Amino acid sequence: MKGRVGALVRKEYRHILRDPGTLGALLVIPLFLLAMFGWAISLDVNEVPLLVRDLDHSAESRALAAAFFASGRFTRVDDRGGDTGASLDSGRAAATLELPRGLARALGRGETAELQVLVDGSDATRAATVIGYIEGIVLRFGAEKLALKAAGSGRELPGALDSHPRVLFNQELKSVNNLVPGLVAIIIIISGVISTALAVVREKELGSMEQLIVSPLESWELIVGKTLPYATIGLVSAATVLTAGSLLFGVAVKGSLVELALMTTLFVFACLALGILISTIAPTQQVAFLASAMLTLLPTFLLSGFVFPIRNMPVVIQALTWLFPTKYYIEILQALMVKGVGIVSYWHQALGLLVYALAAASIAALRFARSRGR
Amino acid sequence: MSRLASLVQKEFQQFRRDKKMRAIVIVAPIMQILVLGYAANMDVKDVPLAVYDQDRSAESRDLAAAFVSSGSFLLAASPQSNREVDETLSSGRAEIALVIPPDFGSRLEGRGSPSLQLLVDGSRANTAAVALAYASSVASNFSLRYAPAGIRVSLPVETRTRVWYNPELKSRVFMIPGVFALLLMVITIILTSLAIVKEKESGTLEQLIVTPLRKAELIAGKLAPFVIISLVIICLALVACYLFFGIAPRGSIPLLFLLSLALVFSTLGIGLLVSTIARTQQQAMMFSIFFFMFPMMILSGFVFPIANMPAPIRALTYLMPLRYYMIIVRGIFLKGSGLELLWPQLWPLLVIGVAVVSFSIARFRKQLD
Repeated sequence: MKGRVGALVRKEYRHILRDPGTLGALLVIPLFLLAMFGWAISLDVNEVPLLVRDLDHSAESRALAAAFFASGRFTRVDDRGGDTGASLDSGRAAATLELPRGLARALGRGETAELQVLVDGSDATRAATVIGYIEGIVLRFGAEKLALKAAGSGRELPGALDSHPRVLFNQELKSVNNLVPGLVAIIIIISGVISTALAVVREKELGSMEQLIVSPLESWELIVGKTLPYATIGLVSAATVLTAGSLLFGVAVKGSLVELALMTTLFVFACLALGILISTIAPTQQVAFLASAMLTLLPTFLLSGFVFPIRNMPVVIQALTWLFPTKYYIEILQALMVKGVGIVSYWHQALGLLVYALAAASIAALRFARSRGR
Repeated sequence: MSRLASLVQKEFQQFRRDKKMRAIVIVAPIMQILVLGYAANMDVKDVPLAVYDQDRSAESRDLAAAFVSSGSFLLAASPQSNREVDETLSSGRAEIALVIPPDFGSRLEGRGSPSLQLLVDGSRANTAAVALAYASSVASNFSLRYAPAGIRVSLPVETRTRVWYNPELKSRVFMIPGVFALLLMVITIILTSLAIVKEKESGTLEQLIVTPLRKAELIAGKLAPFVIISLVIICLALVACYLFFGIAPRGSIPLLFLLSLALVFSTLGIGLLVSTIARTQQQAMMFSIFFFMFPMMILSGFVFPIANMPAPIRALTYLMPLRYYMIIVRGIFLKGSGLELLWPQLWPLLVIGVAVVSFSIARFRKQLD
């Protein structure tokens, strides 16, 4: 019996090796994506192009403008005159700051000077951060002036509230730390669901599936034989990404490696079951591809909390996220890799994944057996 | 000319008969706008907050209330020890925790500097940074309000901030035009490459070659229907944006159509290019996804700002038609930009389009021989 499964597995490996395109896609693309995520892209808000229009031309106004550029958050945009808003229209600046005439005089008299700030709100997340930077700098500048003045007049100021912010889990707030878990999930999905579904449907399309069916192979032997090679590729590829992520970008797994291996195996199992299930439904490779992309790849990007927070979604869409295995796995990976906590903290996700895997596997096995007529 | 017309007619007939294709063209734009529009939301609001109040004074309760009433935070847990604080953060029940020390109230009344501790779950780097900024601003505003009587505390400088284009700072307003651009690119590349490779696979391309059609007519006849189909997609996507999210372009809609054709010109060229490389529909799909769609999705500025990329990668983005179109679409939707502002994006888009189309036509002609 072992020999029969072994033969099928060998046949499947030979198929994969003969198709260097697919193998390349499964092993190279993940590394390409990792390199992109690690080096090329970041969501950090830095070097914001800022246009400062100083109408006061005083030492005070120049000091305030200098405080902006000294913060390292902003880069200076030349003032070409005219309406400051025009620089937002053309996209030359992301924010403008107008220091009013009489700023120094107002500061001297103890009046409040009003700065005009104009922010390009197109990208709301960035804009919110930019506004935070600007308010922080102005607040600090004002507090210094206030303290100087109070010291001069001998009065005591009320203590400013001192908030000690501390970031847990991802201290440097690096985006790559939460992108690597998502990437691992994507890789396993590509090889687990998409390749498996395509491999089975291809045999259906070519008619060679019938040859396999009339062979003495049992249903389970057929399934194991077809899925085992893709499971291995998925696991190897995931391990490569984890190793590369840790060596190149310092994204180390903080939690237990044993738990990571266990949960990953469970996820691979769920993916293979989903792949087989799709293959029993799809008549052609094209449909199989579209179905698996719609059911797995897209939800991994959108509905797993990998890029966009789930709590922001309307309830209906939130309910939808429970239907895809990635949501559970990505939350588990984040707990294990970034937070470094154990199963006590994520057991409900693990349970969800287990239930999902068992359900998908039983439906797939039932449908597969029926399609064979046995 | 009538030969060309009959080829176009044949393409449309084929398209009408193909239920799957029809579904892709009609359902996909609406579905994607709908799902992406609802899902692609990075707003930082209702962040689950845990408050560990060691002080239990009127002031500390006021501070907690100030956090909740800011609208950015939602009270999710009230842990009673530091261990419980850690636990709420590591289990994900809360993403930010506020620890108020026992002497908070009395210090605020004037004896020394009051302090508090903010703990943030940084595993989602982007939203964590924004949440932290919001929390710090709530805290500093609170301390100004609680200044002891007798001293008028008004800061000598204040900012009056106006936000343009998206005053409520909703990320959806920015993401949906991006989805619109992405959608147009994906569908046109896939449809074109599949349509041609399908004829190759089924051998009907050879039948077309032996007809009296000239090569130029054959290519034009294969591509022309997709120009019309892409116009239909734009219409559907525009209606979906407006109906579901109330988002409509601020600028001129005819201009949007016109400049969209500039993108479609280059994506049809890419589709044709893919069809000259791929032998099967399977390969065509893999090629388009991995070599064109993935890189363009990541490097076009759709989610990840181009300004943050290292110089060599940034140079690479100049080759991507979607990079220019993304700015065009967002300009017309959000800023109401006109042609004079968008021209710097339009001409490179056209140059790329001409280059891709002529290259792939040359390759395609060679294959026809």
